[in-house]
Amino acid sequence: MNRPYALRHSWFEATARERIAGLVDADSFREIQPPEAATPSPHLALLGMPGAFDDGVIVGRALLENRPVLVAAQEGQFIGGAVGEIHGAKIVGLLRRAVRERPAAVLLLVDSGGVRLHEANAGLIAISEIMRAVLDARAAGVPVLALVGGSCGAFGGMGIVTKLCSAVIMSEEGRLALSGPEVIETVAGVEEFDSKDRALVWRVTGGKHRYLMGDCQTLVEDDLASFRAGAIATLSPEPAPSLAQLQAQQTRLERRLADFASLRDGLQVWARLGIAQPERVPMLERDELVTLKQGVTA
Amino acid sequence: METLNFRLESAPAERAASASVLCGVVGSGNLEILLRQGDEPKVCTVEVKTAARGFGDTWQAVLDAFAATHAAGGTHIAINDMGATPAVVSLRLAQTLSDYQRGRR
Repeated sequence: MNRPYALRHSWFEATARERIAGLVDADSFREIQPPEAATPSPHLALLGMPGAFDDGVIVGRALLENRPVLVAAQEGQFIGGAVGEIHGAKIVGLLRRAVRERPAAVLLLVDSGGVRLHEANAGLIAISEIMRAVLDARAAGVPVLALVGGSCGAFGGMGIVTKLCSAVIMSEEGRLALSGPEVIETVAGVEEFDSKDRALVWRVTGGKHRYLMGDCQTLVEDDLASFRAGAIATLSPEPAPSLAQLQAQQTRLERRLADFASLRDGLQVWARLGIAQPERVPMLERDELVTLKQGVTA
Repeated sequence: METLNFRLESAPAERAASASVLCGVVGSGNLEILLRQGDEPKVCTVEVKTAARGFGDTWQAVLDAFAATHAAGGTHIAINDMGATPAVVSLRLAQTLSDYQRGRR
């Protein structure tokens, strides 16, 4: 999956619209509620902030290797990809459409710090509606794939939404967690977590760590074509989750909590996973890490 | 936030293939521009919503220069701005008009 650097087009640096264009079949994307038809957030206008025509998320239908998919892409540059009322309603509407239309998958291009605090309860409700809609789509037999590799990562409510998806595809640059580093530092102090320590942030939330822990199924390069290949490779029909599966998952998570809860750093976690030289992990190429992961169970 | 409206004389734009085009993102120091067909062939109307208050004269100067150097008549431009500099605004305007005429969206 490694391509020469000169041919790569960074997912991290791309806008949401560029990510969609690079992800799906060429010229297949048809936007639902395009900018000229959309309503910017009324809440932001009340606060004296300019909105975005698409309220920071682009939704529509497309083809992925000729299979119909529905796509939602968050724009991390607009208020940190945060979920407001209209933003959330667009994602919920797309997921409900998936239940009716039964596409091959819904692709959620997550790039978000979570709830848009400017919109308070409307944003919180939007997030919970997205969660329910993801599970409804999965229960209807439509896989929902989360793709995480933007500058805002997947945090807060969108971190939860990401983990509710059928599968997660990440790049090393992507981050996935509940409370963001600065939130943890603000609430619990710098002794608990130093959000300025970028290497630490990535060692506990970054794509490589999530892949080693089994939180993301597919690790890809920071490249539009690699995300496309990863989505195609990951996309498969999914049976609705059974009670036995959920109980096994719960047991696995309880064991993980007991094993790792006292550790402070990804380096310690990787050592306990049995990785011989954990300090080498941040420097490994994607393919090397995938090889290393074989034989590691978290 | 400040909302500014402008009406600029400009040579008629070449008719585009697409009905509208969007460029840019409402990110820090950036802006998004939505350009679509206007009502009068020799007039470009512009509506700016900007986070930075008190820059009406600067917007007027940048938009005057754009309308003078580009054939932008017969278009309506809507802008959401998050503090883009005049240079960024000029580049985005040119990019948007170019995309409009090439029929890309």
